[in-house]
Amino acid sequence: MLQVQNVAKAFGTQDVLRGVSLRVSRGEVVAIIGRSGSGKSTLLRCINHLETIDSGSIIIGGEAMAQSDASGRAVYKKDAELRRICLKMGLVFQDYNLFPHYSVLKNLVMPQVMVLGRSRAQAKEKALALLEKVGLADKADEYPCNLSGGQCQRVAIARALAMDPEILCFDEPTSALDPQLTHEVLSVIRQLADEQRTMIVVTHEMNFARDVADRVIYMEDGVIVEDGPAQQVLGSERSAAVRAFVGESGY
Amino acid sequence: MKYFNNPEAFIRLVLSMQDGMTATLTIFALTLVFSIPLGMVIALLRMSKHRVVSAPISLYILVMRGTPLMLQLFAVYFAIPMFFGVNLDRMTATILAFSLNYAAYFAEIFRGGIMSIPVGQYEASSVLGFTPVQTFFHIVLPQVVKRVLLPVSNEVITLVKDTSLANIIAVSELFRAAKNEASRVASVEPLFVAGLFYLLMNGAVTLFFSWLNNRFAYYKD
Ligand SMILES: Nc1ncnc2c1ncn2[C@@H]1O[C@H](COP(=O)(O)OP(=O)(O)O)[C@@H](O)[C@H]1O
Ligand SMILES: [Mg+2]
Repeated sequence: MLQVQNVAKAFGTQDVLRGVSLRVSRGEVVAIIGRSGSGKSTLLRCINHLETIDSGSIIIGGEAMAQSDASGRAVYKKDAELRRICLKMGLVFQDYNLFPHYSVLKNLVMPQVMVLGRSRAQAKEKALALLEKVGLADKADEYPCNLSGGQCQRVAIARALAMDPEILCFDEPTSALDPQLTHEVLSVIRQLADEQRTMIVVTHEMNFARDVADRVIYMEDGVIVEDGPAQQVLGSERSAAVRAFVGESGY
Repeated sequence: MKYFNNPEAFIRLVLSMQDGMTATLTIFALTLVFSIPLGMVIALLRMSKHRVVSAPISLYILVMRGTPLMLQLFAVYFAIPMFFGVNLDRMTATILAFSLNYAAYFAEIFRGGIMSIPVGQYEASSVLGFTPVQTFFHIVLPQVVKRVLLPVSNEVITLVKDTSLANIIAVSELFRAAKNEASRVASVEPLFVAGLFYLLMNGAVTLFFSWLNNRFAYYKD
């Protein structure tokens, strides 16, 4: 489904990703954990083409978004094709990034109409079904500024789902929320996991990672240090590096 | 007092200045029609990553905002025929000079508005698959409009009064008409009539912008 091969990325002289490789298969839920600054967001942003990689390959559903040439430098697909491949990915941000000038419903309808060319009626039907799913059917006509953080994040999840991504990514979706609201967002993600959706979730919620993820990846300084079944990476046999990190994060 | 205490004479005075009012309204309206879109284009060029584009635009904005509009009026009216051999009528020269000048001010207001839109809005648009053009027109621009209403209304109010500058290249706008009428009838009252008219125009401008403001009050950002 997703193949990331030997990806490197630097900001100026700072190497942020140093040869990251990972595979995600259909229906898998992967949690990425690690200290702040270890490159988790940058990795997700590269997969969603918000950053460009310097070298390595990113292959989504068998199609290369970027592929390294003979010298190892990453070469990206051209505009329209690149945009089409990127549509297989969805991303939910930490701070939601809803469109404030659109109602909740329009936040979900407009992208479907403008990007996927769906009819308004079709898009609206899909949007309402998704709002129902995240428990916000009654907020369709509200504006984002009138919603709580947890509600905004659930709208953002519904908006991402409306585009039918093959893989949905989350970058610390609950970091801006207090515990009560965190719970309502996590239970939506948990529900998506039960539906066998392919997801990559960067998170600080260790309990969530252990309970919901099939696999846990631990990153440190731009490299993947651990990658395995949740029970193995976070369980009693966990490595010294993960033990130290988990100890710091109070789990 | 000859006019302000005599309704019939007052109306006659106002009617005698009617052409001036029309000219003033024309300068006002056409300047807005040209300078607002031009200002948006200049703002976008000013934000270009390429210095060959942004540097000359910065210079343009500096000159337009850094020299008197009165001087620019002279420059357009006298210098263009001299260098390009085309004769501009007074009204055209006025509207051209005003549009070029106000576009510079609007450009800086729009640039400030565009830069105030959080980067997350662009990132969300990109991830959803919007093209840059779709992102600009559907996501960025509508939010910019709300954010720039106040500074734009300031400029528009200033423009109402600045139209009177056109009298220095002998455009028969309201201020010139009032001056002529004042000396003809040996009274300052025509000048007060002009003042009243500018005030009424700005009353209308103020009402219009508060209406617009209400139309955009449906969300907070
Ligand atoms: N746009 C950027 N420009 C420069 N440095 C950046 C940028 N984005 C992230 N970084 C740096 O890259 C490193 C990894 O950041 P990030 O991927 O956000 O880590 P994480 O999400 O794991 O906390 C950090 O040191 C951060 O300062
Ligand atoms: Mg991060």
